[in-house]
Amino acid sequence: MTAPIDDAFSSLPLSQLADAALSTAGQAGASYAAFRMERILGSSIRLRDGHLEGANDTEDLGYSVRVVVDGTWGFAADLVRTPDAARRTAQRAIDLAKVSAPVNTEPVDLSAEPAYGDATWVSSYEVDPWSVPMEDKVSLLQGWSRSVLDAAGVDHVDTSLFAFKENKYYADLAGTTTTQQRIRLFPELTAVAIDSGSGAFETMGTVAPPAGRGWEYLTGTGWDWDSELAQLPGWLVEKLHAPTIEPGRYDLVIDPTNLWLTIHESIGHATELDRALGYEANYAGMSFATPDKLNNLKYGSPLMHITGDRTVEHGLSTVGYDDEGVQAQQFDIVKDGVLVGYQLDRRIASRVGYERSNGCAYADSAGHVPIQRMANVSLQPANGGPSTAELIAGVDDGLYIVGDKSWSIDMQRYNFQFTGQRFFQIKDGRLNGQVKDVAYQATTTDFWGSMASVGGPETYLLAGAFNCGKAQPGQVAPVSHGAPAALFTSVNVLNTAQEGGR
Amino acid sequence: MTAPEIVERALSSRSLDGMTVICQENSQTNLRWAANTLTTNGVMRSCDVTVIAMQDRADGVSVGVASASVAELDDVTDVVKRAEDAARSADKAPDSADLIAGNADSNFGDAPDETSPIVFEEFAPALGRWFAEAQRDDIELFGYAEHSLTTTYLGNSAGLRRRYVQPAGRIEVTGKSASRTRSTWAGRATRDFRDIVVPDLADDVRTRLGWAAKTVSVDPGHYTVILPPTAVADLLVYQYGSSSARDAAEGRTVFSKPGGGTRLGERLSDAELTLFSDPNYPGMQCLPFVVSHASDASESVFDNGMELSRTNWIDNGKLAALAQTRYSAALTGGNLTPLTDNIGLEMSSGGGSLHDVIARTERGLLLTTLWYIREVDPQTLLLTGLTRDGVYLVENGAVTAAVNNFRFNESPVDLLSRVVDDGAPEVALPREWSDFFTRAAMPPLVVRDFNMSTVSQAS
Repeated sequence: MTAPIDDAFSSLPLSQLADAALSTAGQAGASYAAFRMERILGSSIRLRDGHLEGANDTEDLGYSVRVVVDGTWGFAADLVRTPDAARRTAQRAIDLAKVSAPVNTEPVDLSAEPAYGDATWVSSYEVDPWSVPMEDKVSLLQGWSRSVLDAAGVDHVDTSLFAFKENKYYADLAGTTTTQQRIRLFPELTAVAIDSGSGAFETMGTVAPPAGRGWEYLTGTGWDWDSELAQLPGWLVEKLHAPTIEPGRYDLVIDPTNLWLTIHESIGHATELDRALGYEANYAGMSFATPDKLNNLKYGSPLMHITGDRTVEHGLSTVGYDDEGVQAQQFDIVKDGVLVGYQLDRRIASRVGYERSNGCAYADSAGHVPIQRMANVSLQPANGGPSTAELIAGVDDGLYIVGDKSWSIDMQRYNFQFTGQRFFQIKDGRLNGQVKDVAYQATTTDFWGSMASVGGPETYLLAGAFNCGKAQPGQVAPVSHGAPAALFTSVNVLNTAQEGGR
Repeated sequence: MTAPEIVERALSSRSLDGMTVICQENSQTNLRWAANTLTTNGVMRSCDVTVIAMQDRADGVSVGVASASVAELDDVTDVVKRAEDAARSADKAPDSADLIAGNADSNFGDAPDETSPIVFEEFAPALGRWFAEAQRDDIELFGYAEHSLTTTYLGNSAGLRRRYVQPAGRIEVTGKSASRTRSTWAGRATRDFRDIVVPDLADDVRTRLGWAAKTVSVDPGHYTVILPPTAVADLLVYQYGSSSARDAAEGRTVFSKPGGGTRLGERLSDAELTLFSDPNYPGMQCLPFVVSHASDASESVFDNGMELSRTNWIDNGKLAALAQTRYSAALTGGNLTPLTDNIGLEMSSGGGSLHDVIARTERGLLLTTLWYIREVDPQTLLLTGLTRDGVYLVENGAVTAAVNNFRFNESPVDLLSRVVDDGAPEVALPREWSDFFTRAAMPPLVVRDFNMSTVSQAS
């Protein structure tokens, strides 16, 4: 059973403001107009060595009007909740469209979408984190912190919990009206160990992903915290004293806790159509996977099946309807190793001849314009595929990589370099302890071309990020990525200490 | 409803022992374009209030923080209630300290300054003319222009009332050949767009795309590089963000001394270079008092309103200061040097513009910008990232060709010891961090043995 929309949001004068704004836009001859009101609650709690260091509760409430007038966009945002103010805001958007027309040489056309009347959607969670007293939240995080800090070899512990509750109301001239509510949270703990003699230090963070879940995620639903926190100090101390990696080419078994980020950077962003067309060229960058390569680019090995969706339960990008009134969908991006699809919004879909958008428009707040943002982009597991242990058993000389850490990729999504939380050496099919100072570096299509084996459904994990950045002005979006464990052969591994000249 | 009224309403509805209120009114206007046409635009207004409530207790002071966007005066009392509820339920705050006392700024009651698309009155038509010219020259332009005004009102229950207006603006342009195989970038930070000369930007873009008429491949390796001011800024902004005194004293950063304590006083570079922050530095003036919405290792909500002045973080090559709060300064025994919202680098050698520095360089790689900079190893502050939008071969004082892009692995701290030439500092836009950090004054630097780790095919 889904939760109801918060009264504090549904009792706002949503339809009155929408009517005022949309009628102003309609009278001005707008071919498209949308009113969007958002309330975003944020909560951040940070502990240092078990003591509360800082906590902050935020609320962002506002609305915006977006119009297309004579083929040019206009957008204005405000916060005063009266019909007069909504009309003035619509007028400001219309005025901006008119003054911008002389520098617009590409008339805006939007792909068609049915109208959805009055629709409501709420994400899947059990306990609303805003119903949990602050003391209880701090107390649980303190318990985690102390259990790790008390373990031998641990010098410091940073613990944090970020949570968001997002309410969106969308109404457009075509007759779609949607009211949505979703909750997500991200608990994280990082332990630090210092070798007091040499001053060398290492960190080890939890690999539990952020999730579209409620408070139950911290108390045993969806993740085994007790087990992870119990093992963390041992892993950390082992890493501090681990041998440094010999750089070279290795076979890598990559855990989904690490592979999700490689998917995000080298596939998720590379298959955003706005990037491929050049809209992000000055900021987030472009893509090597340009539209002329659709249906013929060999992205990776034939084992590779990549999907995009905004529908998976607990997904961070999951919604009922996007910020252009398009219903959430699921679609193929790479099938049998070949590029077959892009992530779309209504404008770019129309521009390259798609009949319909696949629903990837998103704005991170009322004050920002919706742009094409990432769906939950996932690598599908192999039915009947191997377990992680079976993948490891097939490797003679390699590494098993767990957890994400440092990440960087170029502006056309060719060259990437990733580190991780733990790197276990694999010798003759067996794990042989941790090594450290590891980074793996590759070119996207080479890396995915080297994928020799894909794990089965039991290795699959929905991981993801809270903080994906794109667009100017900058916007932040949450997104999930599902991945099985997988084997990649002969990948370039760097020694980061040597890279730093040590 | 005005911002000063919001501050007074919050303070007068206080029921606990102490309170600080921060109210920030922001207005912003922006234009974005791609392939010589406008893509998005916007005008936005917001008003955000943060209430920091303090409760005296037997063992210290507890604190609660709540923030919200405020549209009506009555919205404020709810924020006060949330902050005070949080303070009541919290343990004592480790960083508690007396509120900063003081007087009221004489202009505290003034309305916020507000920007509008009128700021682009001359710029927008000039941009339109550049689009037409670029179209004719087979050049595609992609970019962004933004102007904002943020008026900060800060008041506390000890009588302090501060007001500050922060203008901020930037223009960034990526220019590409029609085939999209050559790419370059030009960017400026500006306070009001009156100093943005579009034809100068156009010349810059055309010249650099011209340099790429000839291209040569260069293998990975260690090279002498010429870092333009924007690239120097991007590396040093990261270093600045990693300069918490408390983290250093705990043994967790590049500024930790093995065996305990910090590296304060240690020589980082033989070059006479000085890294500083200064709220009054011409062209990058910024908040002259502390504004903190949440405590962490390098800021404290109790320090809100504290006066800021120039701090030398590195003084003539020696590490001279780390980011401190009153709490961390007492804990680590350092001077009270809070973070300030700009950074500059001055050197006593070299001098001249980027062009002068190029002319003095016998052989090296001239970079345009750095991108996707991420920390690889906090122990050395090893950063990775990419060169972006133009790497050029310099031979005998002149650019002779464009070369491929690279992934680098480098530490800004270590790199300061390898500076072999430098120019005069200029106000520069840190490209990678410009979403939140736009105020820097940096010289171009020539650095030897820069680690270009692998080649990137991006162009």
